[in-house]
Amino acid sequence: MIEAAGLTKRYGNTLAVNNLSFSVPTGKVTGFLGPNGAGKSTTMRMMLGLDNPSAGDVRIGGKHYHDLKDPLRTVGALLDAKWVHPNRSARAHLTWMARSNRIPKQRVDEVLDLVGLTTVAGKRAGGYSLGMSQRLGIAGALLGDPEVLLFDEPVNGLDPEGILWIRQFMHRLADEGRTVFVSSHLLSEMALTASELVVIGKGQLIAQSSTEEFVARAADNTVKVRSPQLPALHQQLAQASAQVVDSGEALIVSGMDSAKIGEIAAAANIVLHELSPQTGSLEQAFMQITGDSVQYHTGLETPAAR
Amino acid sequence: MNLLAVERIKLFTTRSPWWCGFIAIALTAGFGAILAAASSDDNPISIGSTQFGYQFGVAVIMVLAALSVTTEYRFGTIRTTFQAVPHRTSVLLAKAGVIALVSLVIGEIGAFGAWGVCYLIRPQDGLGLSTSADWINVAGVGVLFAIAAVIALSVGVLVRHSAGAIALLLIYVLAVENLVQVIPKVGSKIHNWMPFTVADNFLHGANSAPPGSAASDSVLSQGESLAYFAGFAVVMLVIAIGVAKKRDA
Repeated sequence: MIEAAGLTKRYGNTLAVNNLSFSVPTGKVTGFLGPNGAGKSTTMRMMLGLDNPSAGDVRIGGKHYHDLKDPLRTVGALLDAKWVHPNRSARAHLTWMARSNRIPKQRVDEVLDLVGLTTVAGKRAGGYSLGMSQRLGIAGALLGDPEVLLFDEPVNGLDPEGILWIRQFMHRLADEGRTVFVSSHLLSEMALTASELVVIGKGQLIAQSSTEEFVARAADNTVKVRSPQLPALHQQLAQASAQVVDSGEALIVSGMDSAKIGEIAAAANIVLHELSPQTGSLEQAFMQITGDSVQYHTGLETPAAR
Repeated sequence: MNLLAVERIKLFTTRSPWWCGFIAIALTAGFGAILAAASSDDNPISIGSTQFGYQFGVAVIMVLAALSVTTEYRFGTIRTTFQAVPHRTSVLLAKAGVIALVSLVIGEIGAFGAWGVCYLIRPQDGLGLSTSADWINVAGVGVLFAIAAVIALSVGVLVRHSAGAIALLLIYVLAVENLVQVIPKVGSKIHNWMPFTVADNFLHGANSAPPGSAASDSVLSQGESLAYFAGFAVVMLVIAIGVAKKRDA
């Protein structure tokens, strides 16, 4: 269980993270979603005690990161795959990390094998492709066999094969009962990987809910209805407490599915020319939500505060 | 102990420390050899002169020490380090310990190498290490290297950029301290209290200085000079650790 309370990071006049509170449940993959520059990486650095919060704190299993003994055994993290000395071999890199947390040396070979880098372990890390670097980073995160794993944009810049590998790996980690907290700016990616979501925009919490709930809300289903008797239909639907927007030649109905609309129209003997459910793409909906956090803030905060 | 091992692994699994180490030894010993070869029976080489090359050796050692931390900032491994060991003071103390020890060893190899080569070339010049002053003059080089390395490491932590830290250190060591003497009236007095001048005084004391370095007229004894130079390094390290603890990694 990771808990952030009132987390705030200020750089001069800009607030990178603003009073952010959320919790990451144990034994699940939780996605940390937000557009680029929303403050995801800053938040993750504060979780690991690398950056000092201007206010608030993060506790991992009730403890501050600084107070963890041999922290790599509790929290494994991959924030940036390029955080490796280019002239040091993968094995040497993992060896010093292992040594710092009293992790037995054979564990280095185990994790190298786990991520499939055994054959290139002696080569200098600077020559690795992005996918290989990412694997090395994951090996480093897994080194201490930690309960909690943090990944910052692990699929960024990877080819489809690499993305699939990472995705499967996340599932495997969650199946093993580990707590995985993974950031991304792609809702579609998170929809495939994460079961819980923490969504932020401009450094503020927009929503915390299950992925299903968020996707359903983000996709914000509306129904487009065309009819020669629009004013009459409008009245009927409004009476049935649907939200109706008149776009001139059609009505955009939300808060009611197409079947119900059809039944209401039939009951009132209204002819329909079109009755089509509109589902926007996840990306569009997500951009709407994060792009204007204030407008949607109240509507989505309720489940988060639950 | 573990942290010392970590820093040792980090230092020796990249190539630049090895190169810097070899160059430091070669410069220290090489200049001694050149001076020995250039001396004659009319103009014999002194023990102080055998160590002439240390000034260049120490510059390379400082590059090594600064790089050991600036490369960590450059490649982000400092973050991995602080993530693995959140107690930053221990990390930097371990780093300083390892760097100091490595520099000590390099310095002693270079110093005794220089002395040995000179002895072989000019066996008739009486280069035997008979007095404690002779011993300090040679063996002190390693100690000086170790302390200088801690200073350079501290500057590396503060500056964080390889090029910046190295430029600053080299310009300071090779030029600034000597240029201070140009200041009218007070220049030479200030010069006597500058750390690397004092360090040089530790090696030679009131004895004749080797060619190239200004004759010291410091009021400090050799022991006091060592304490002053070491104290300066400790102050620098404390400042560096204080800043690193406060700063975002």
